[in-house]
Amino acid sequence: MANVKEKQPVHPLEELIRTERLPHIWCPGCGIGTVFSACLAAIQETGIDYRKFSMVSGIGCSGRGAGYVKLDSFHTTHGRAIPFASGIKMANPSLNVIVFSGDGDLFAIGGNHFIHAARRNMDITVICINNFIYGMTGGQVAATTPHMDRSATTPYGNPETPFNLPLLAYASGATYVARWTMIHSRDLTDSFVEAINHRGFSFIEVLSPCPINYGRRNKLKSLDMLKLFADKTIIKNNADPAELAIDFKKGIVLGKFVDVDKPTPEENYEKICMMREG
Amino acid sequence: MEPKVLTGEHFINGDMACAEGAIAAGCTFFGAYPITPATEVAERMSERLPDVCGVFMQMEDEIAAMTSILGAAWTGVKTMTATSGPGFSLMMETVGLAVVTETPCVVVNVQRGGPSTGLPTMGAQADMMQVKWGSHGDYEIIAIAPSSPQEMFDLTIEAFNLSEKYRVPVFIMSDEVVGHMSEKVVIPEAKEIKTIARIKPKGRKDQFKPYQPGENGVPPMPAIGDGYNVHVTGLTHDEQGYPVMSVDTQKDMMERLLGKIRNNLDDIIRTESYRLDDADIVIVSYGVSARTAFTAVDMAREMGINVGLLRLITVWPFPEEMIRELSKRVKGFVTVEINMGQISREVQRCAGGNAPSYLVGHAGGTVITPDEVIHLLKKAF
Repeated sequence: MANVKEKQPVHPLEELIRTERLPHIWCPGCGIGTVFSACLAAIQETGIDYRKFSMVSGIGCSGRGAGYVKLDSFHTTHGRAIPFASGIKMANPSLNVIVFSGDGDLFAIGGNHFIHAARRNMDITVICINNFIYGMTGGQVAATTPHMDRSATTPYGNPETPFNLPLLAYASGATYVARWTMIHSRDLTDSFVEAINHRGFSFIEVLSPCPINYGRRNKLKSLDMLKLFADKTIIKNNADPAELAIDFKKGIVLGKFVDVDKPTPEENYEKICMMREG
Repeated sequence: MEPKVLTGEHFINGDMACAEGAIAAGCTFFGAYPITPATEVAERMSERLPDVCGVFMQMEDEIAAMTSILGAAWTGVKTMTATSGPGFSLMMETVGLAVVTETPCVVVNVQRGGPSTGLPTMGAQADMMQVKWGSHGDYEIIAIAPSSPQEMFDLTIEAFNLSEKYRVPVFIMSDEVVGHMSEKVVIPEAKEIKTIARIKPKGRKDQFKPYQPGENGVPPMPAIGDGYNVHVTGLTHDEQGYPVMSVDTQKDMMERLLGKIRNNLDDIIRTESYRLDDADIVIVSYGVSARTAFTAVDMAREMGINVGLLRLITVWPFPEEMIRELSKRVKGFVTVEINMGQISREVQRCAGGNAPSYLVGHAGGTVITPDEVIHLLKKAF
C-alpha cells in the first residue's frame, strides 16, 4: 500500500476556518463550537460569495468566534459588535454582516445597541449564544442567569429575573426572531440560512451549556444540560414572544417566532437621498 | 444637490466649516450623536453627505457613534464623528480600539467647560490631556487645534490626510468659541485640495499579513470584501493580526504603534511662529487662545517686552524638541490655554530646568483676554 497516496480527509468547513489558529479556546463540554460550526455551514449553504460576508464579535468566549472564521472578521470591544457591524452595513450594504457573540456581551453591556439596531431593522444577523453566565471571566451572574441560580457573584442565588431575549428582540422591532439550542444543530443551520437571507434585523438565540462556569455551580453535569435541552424543550413556531421566558421546570419553547418583511434603514436612506435628487 | 467642494467665499461658523472640510477631504460616513456645542457639525453632515453619496447615521450614543465609524472605515471609506466633553469621555475605550486596530478616522471634539455636564454652551480647552491619555494603555495619536473657522476647514482636510497616511485616529480639538464663531471661510477649487487615501495592499492575498509594516511603519490596509480575509482584534496581535498573549508580541506591537508617530514627527508636527526669532519670552498657545496670544504679543512688544508666540497647530504629538531648543536660549515660557494647566505642564516638562514655565489659564466658560497675559508677563519677568 506504500505507493497509494492517502488523501488527508478535509473537514467540510475547512475553507471557512483559520485552521492555523487551532486549537480554539473553548472548554470541553462547551456548546459554542457546535453553534459556530452551524453558522459556518449556513454561510456555506447560502452559496453567497465568501467575500460578501463579514463577521463581527464582541468580548467573551463566544466573542472569539470572529477569530476563527476565515472571513474579514472583527473582534471589537465589549458590547460594541452591533454598532461596529451597523457601520459596516451602512457603508457597504452589499455585505452580509453577522454578529456572533454572547449573552453578556450583547444584552448587558451591549443591550442598548441591540434594541436600537432591532428598532432600525438594521440588515444584520445577530447570533447570541446564551450560556446563562459570564464564562470567560469565571462564571459571574449575567442578565440571562435564571432566578436563584448560583454564580461566582450570586453565591446564595440570583435575586434578579433574566431577560426573555426573543420578547426583547420582538418588542424592539426585530423582523426575524428564533430560538434553538446547540443540540438542534440542523434546525440551527436552517435558521441561520434563513436569517442570513432575511432582509432586516434577524436574531437567533442559541441556548448552550457552560459546564465549567455555570453547570458546576448549579449541579448540572456536562450531559445534564444537554438532556434538559432535549427533554425540556418544545418546538412551537409562531409562539407568543411574551410566553418565552426560560424556565427549565415548565419547559422551554424553541422555534421561529417572528419572520416579517420590512424595509431596512440603508434602503430607506438611499430612497430618501434619491427623492431629494429628484 | 451641492457640489462636493463649495468653492468660494463663505461666512460660516467653525462647525459648518469643519463639515465642509470633511466633505472636501472625501469623508463619506458620519456616525453621529447630538451634543452641544458640536451638533452643527452633525447637522451640516446630515445635509451634505447625500450630495456625495455618503451616509449619515445618528447612533444611540457616542460609544456607538465612535464604533460605527470604525466599522465603516474598514469598508474602505473615510469616516468622522463629532462630539464634546461628555461624549468624548464615552468614546475613550473605542479610541483605544481605533489605535490598536490602526483604523483611520477623524474625531472632532468641540470642547466645552467640564468636568461632567459642565458648561454645555461655553468653551474650554480642558480635554487636551484626555485626548492623549484618556484611553487605557500607552498610545500615540495626532491632535490638531484650529484657531478659526478657516482652519476648521483647512485642518479637517489635514486631519483626514494624516489619519489615512498613518492609520491613526486624528482629533480636531476645537472649542465652543471657534465652533460657533462665524468668519470668512475661503474654500479653494477642488483641484487645489490635496487629499491622501490609505495605501492598499498588493501581492498575493494568501500571503498577506495585515499588520506587516510598510512605508513609515504603516501597514497597507485592505477593505472588507477585497478578499484578504483579515482578522482585526483589539487584543495584542502579531503581524498576521492574530491574538498572541506574549510579552514579545506586546513589545513589538507597541513599538511599532508608537514608532509610526514618534519616528515621523517632522512630517506630522505643525506649528506657527510669530515674532519668535528675537524673542526672549515664548508664549505657547493653540486653538482659540492663540488668538488672544497674537494680540498679547503685539501689546507686550509695544511695552518693550520682548515676547514671541509659538502656536501649536498640532498639539499631539507634542513638539518636545522645539520647546527644549527654545528653552536653552529664552528667559521663560508662558502657556495660554482655557484650562487649569494641561499643555503648560508639557511645556514645563520639556523646558525642564532650563527656563521657567508659567500658565495663563482659566477654568472655562470664556476666552482669556490679552490683558491677563500682559499681567502675568509683567509679574513674572
